[in-house]
Amino acid sequence: MKYKDYYQALGVERNATTTDIKKAYRKLAHMYHPDISKDPKGEEKFKEVAEAYATLKDDEKRKEYDDLGRRPAGQEFSAPPSWQQEFGARASEFDDVDLADILKSFRPGARGASRQQSRASMQVAGDDYSVNVDISLEKVYSGGETDVTVELPEYDAHGLPHRVPRTFRVTIPKGAAQGQRLRLAGKGGPGRNGGKAGDLYVVLNLAAHRLYRVSGHDLSLDLPLAPWEAALGATVEIPTPGGKVELTIKPGTSSGQRMRLGKRGLPLADGSTGDLYAVIQIAVPKPLSARDEALYRQLAEQTDFHPRAQLNREPS
Amino acid sequence: MNPDLVNLNVSHWIWLNDQAVCSAQHLAEVSGLSVEEIDELIATRVIVPVDDTTIPPAFALRWVVTATTARRLRDDFELDRNGVSLALTLMQRIEDLEAQVGSLRAQLDIQGRHLG
Repeated sequence: MKYKDYYQALGVERNATTTDIKKAYRKLAHMYHPDISKDPKGEEKFKEVAEAYATLKDDEKRKEYDDLGRRPAGQEFSAPPSWQQEFGARASEFDDVDLADILKSFRPGARGASRQQSRASMQVAGDDYSVNVDISLEKVYSGGETDVTVELPEYDAHGLPHRVPRTFRVTIPKGAAQGQRLRLAGKGGPGRNGGKAGDLYVVLNLAAHRLYRVSGHDLSLDLPLAPWEAALGATVEIPTPGGKVELTIKPGTSSGQRMRLGKRGLPLADGSTGDLYAVIQIAVPKPLSARDEALYRQLAEQTDFHPRAQLNREPS
Repeated sequence: MNPDLVNLNVSHWIWLNDQAVCSAQHLAEVSGLSVEEIDELIATRVIVPVDDTTIPPAFALRWVVTATTARRLRDDFELDRNGVSLALTLMQRIEDLEAQVGSLRAQLDIQGRHLG
């Protein structure tokens, strides 16, 4: 079993009072709580903080933890004889047990035999778990299956919680959106002594795409055009999630112009479809070949076009 | 085949979106809030029924996410009912504003690329 330094996680001294511990927890919870923090590592940090607080706020659990002695975080240690006796398990059977899971299984207000009895008889509901899963834009467009793996506790014959990886295959419906959640009822942490199992929540995260930017169900695509295509007009082939389409560029198209392709974006759950916007970008050949350079010089010499004419106009 | 793979029957999973509806009782059961706490969230319009005139009211399943967030806030910050309602109202307002900012930023990004 790996040692975790709960005092370090909360940034308090080992002799901190319950009030100090609560104050430290609140401060860190405001910083890292996943519902309010924008820190990408916030959820992970909050889990550490909440786990530390769950143990240190409870006098009995804190004593149990303190009795383990002070060790460097992450150091392997053997379960104390009292735990081995209580669970009727050998020290090696605690090897892959998470310290938080074992401390959580100790009910407050009971020690030794009465705690054993309490654990054996009290109905305990399983915890809810949440897992984020990256899905591709193509999968959102067409729907499809994806595998979700999460480590969940499983209780052995001694009642020791072991984390076991579980993989679920879930179907992503057409029209799923960024941040959308899926609930797998009863697939979270197992309940004990007839307690209800927790739920597993899967949160969809739409992975960044090399071509498209996503805004709700609308997509934007940068569409590079050669200067002569923008000036003279052209018919160009562009990719869309549903396949390639031909787009007619009108003569005199400017850079930055947005062209809307209706219903070529992402589908919505109600059966409608978002739009695709092609954003014109005028691209110039780089580097210029000698022939291209000669052609551009010829154009520059002969054209009457003054792109900055309005900048030099006197105010009226 | 992954030995750990659990193939789920379709009936086991539920998308928390606007398409399916549930009762206030269901929101309470799934979230871990009491029915009274759910009623408070409905009264303060943090959770809104599909149709105000239907009795008993039905709620889109996406409100499960709001209700579980409410339970987390209650437990993690030891908030009372008013505190939870206020926090959720402000969080929803922030989410709406962030969505607007994101949309405007996407447009500015496009213009910025053009100017750059």
